[in-house]
Amino acid sequence: MIIEELIEYAQKLHLREKTGKHEVKVCSAAGCLSLKSEAVADELRKKIAELGIEEEVSVKPVGCLGLCSKGPLVTIDSGNRVYQNVKPEDANLIIEKAKTDPQSETDKFFTRQQKIVLENSGQVDPEKIHDYILRDGYKALHDVLEMTPQEVIDEVTISGLRGRGGAGYPTGLKWNTVAKTGNIKKYVICNADEGDPGAFMDRSLLEGDPHRVLEGMAIAAYAVGADEGYVYCRAEYPLAIKRLKNAVKQAERAGVLGKNIFGTTFSFTVDLRIGAGAFVCGEETALIASIEGKRGQPRPRPPYPAEVGLWGSPTLINNVETYGNIAPILRNGGEWYAAIGTEKSKGTKVFALAGKIVNTGLIEIPMGISLREVIYDIGGGIPDGKKFKAVQTGGPSGGCIPEQFLDKPVDYESLSELGSIMGSGGMIIMDETSCMVDVAKYFLDFTKDESCGKCVPCRVGTVQLYNILDRITKGTGTMEDLDELDDLCDLVKNTSLCGLGQAAPNPVLSTIQYFRDEYIAHIVDKKCPAGVCKFHTHAETGKSEVII
Amino acid sequence: MVTTGKKVKTFIIDGKDVSGTEDQTVIEVCRENNIEIPTLCHLEGLAEVGACRLCLVEIKGSNKLLPACVTKVHEGMEVITASEGLKKYRIKILELFFSERNHICSVCVSNGICELQNLAQRLGMTHVHYPYLFPKFDVDASHERFVLDNNRCILCTRCVRVCDEIEGAHTWDIMGRGIESMVITDLNKPWGESESCTSCGKCVAVCPTGALVEKYKNAVDKSFMYKKDKLKFLPYLTTMREVKNEQS
Repeated sequence: MIIEELIEYAQKLHLREKTGKHEVKVCSAAGCLSLKSEAVADELRKKIAELGIEEEVSVKPVGCLGLCSKGPLVTIDSGNRVYQNVKPEDANLIIEKAKTDPQSETDKFFTRQQKIVLENSGQVDPEKIHDYILRDGYKALHDVLEMTPQEVIDEVTISGLRGRGGAGYPTGLKWNTVAKTGNIKKYVICNADEGDPGAFMDRSLLEGDPHRVLEGMAIAAYAVGADEGYVYCRAEYPLAIKRLKNAVKQAERAGVLGKNIFGTTFSFTVDLRIGAGAFVCGEETALIASIEGKRGQPRPRPPYPAEVGLWGSPTLINNVETYGNIAPILRNGGEWYAAIGTEKSKGTKVFALAGKIVNTGLIEIPMGISLREVIYDIGGGIPDGKKFKAVQTGGPSGGCIPEQFLDKPVDYESLSELGSIMGSGGMIIMDETSCMVDVAKYFLDFTKDESCGKCVPCRVGTVQLYNILDRITKGTGTMEDLDELDDLCDLVKNTSLCGLGQAAPNPVLSTIQYFRDEYIAHIVDKKCPAGVCKFHTHAETGKSEVII
Repeated sequence: MVTTGKKVKTFIIDGKDVSGTEDQTVIEVCRENNIEIPTLCHLEGLAEVGACRLCLVEIKGSNKLLPACVTKVHEGMEVITASEGLKKYRIKILELFFSERNHICSVCVSNGICELQNLAQRLGMTHVHYPYLFPKFDVDASHERFVLDNNRCILCTRCVRVCDEIEGAHTWDIMGRGIESMVITDLNKPWGESESCTSCGKCVAVCPTGALVEKYKNAVDKSFMYKKDKLKFLPYLTTMREVKNEQS
């Protein structure tokens, strides 16, 4: 099969559906669905049928349109204004807008972004493969099969792409390592076990454009010499799982997955594995153990999965977003990608904005723009005239960055210099009503629950850390506790077995570093500056008491 | 035809020139050279898990501490097994072990022959400065010969591994996660009702603490197991390992 045949196939499928001149795109990602975007779409279809203008206007469910807090979202054709908070009653108005000239978007939320990974999200119908193919889908895979695997890897290396799961390991290097293990059975795994609180980048991509991830995986499989792949997705993402399953089926039918892809000797099958709710299974060795049907626990590295992975075979594990970058890189060339971003951090990064921010939602920005631009231009600033306090990146493995560093660029190195990490892309904004000790306690509560219990520093250390923080937030902490926190953080960080434990102290360390005065206010003055932690003073002694 | 043997690597441990074959781990070479490395989860003949973190060593050129039990030797590496920093970490890790459950030596059947206790004495742990967590676990005495006391368990998983890898019964496993992890028999059935247990007693023999003990008997000094030149514990444990190695 050649690419023209594939496009013909897609066009045939496309023609079978009756589409109008203008398309009204209704967001059908989990966020908008929960705000009843389905009802909006139904009402639109009903109205169009009533008016008998099917040839002029049609309705199309699409992936995430970005501005999740203001859903249901509707847009008309491509690059047009995104209508927010749409209700079924607005159907007439939308249809009217669709028929007249559509306006283009001027809001900085949209104009400051640069979409590569999310270019199709909000444009294609995630449940229909032909929509993806007609937007250059699977073209990169087709072209790749005419290159040698080494050429493919070189292109990825030139692009400077780094792992989007958080650690930022150079993707080309990883692929090369797996490729070099020789002509043996290999696997490709997509890590879709997104577990950071407040993060929803991978979910949105899988829900909005699942074929892009599959295409990325197929290209990776060809490059490293694998013929079997797994997507490990957490069970909490039922819609993403449903769309992925559907996408795999459609791709196999179209001949772009399965045996003899595009009529070549290259075969690649993809299977899904569903997580059972353990955060640690996002760690690659634990994830592999989980796929093998074992208890989801990490093992010491080296050997890295690139050498000894799934069932002992060399295994390539990349994050959803990393695979999402592959097709555009191969389509436009590594040089094109490398021109975006900073010297060491290339390309774009998808972030999930959450917390005390006007525009909660999904964004994609070029690396190197400042945190201030992300929060104030794209995010729209802090709601209700409150004062900004900190931005938390990297979830439970990251840290809190205070206001004085807002002009630092968003890239791997700058964020880790600040005691945080890039992470998978969760960005939680906190205003003056957040207590930083309480925030640290929240994250430690999370990691102590999610620790697998294999190694002692993480299993017991996180509990001890949590207990100290708990004492401080209840007004019974001492200054010695503060030193103990430092000491224990150092131990847990340096002696834990896997990334979960090694990064668990980051929220504590960064809040102590930047908000030490808040800790001291809790300990010495028995006061919570943000008013979050409640203390109770004993009527007679004047000493603070613990409220249970 | 000349068969080539295993490749031999020469390297340095604590300033001393040593050699080992390419499939050996740092801990094996250390033991051969009488360099002591504290460990609780490692047991010769069982698969390595790298969980107790006591055998962490420094290797020049690596910014991370690596567990000696799983780190393979390589040419020219420089290992430091007992820097001041490592000693401090080891004592703190031991303290975390003690703070986790109810390790009260004076009322423990394994008092005097406990590996955790021995290690604490040897490494110079004088007190536990972390608050004790004192969780409550039930004691399972339903088995006719053995007792499981999870309050004394350090989750080294030696019992899990010996039962699975040597006895082939896989009676033991871990339930729960984090601080709530505990060893269980079968699907958390009382040990006495376990259908898979063969009552071989290997788990009891490998337990480093008083978590698994034999009823009606004084605890047996198991330290002979780890001493060189003396009777090796479970001779077939070593034999099995050799057979396994030959097969692979």
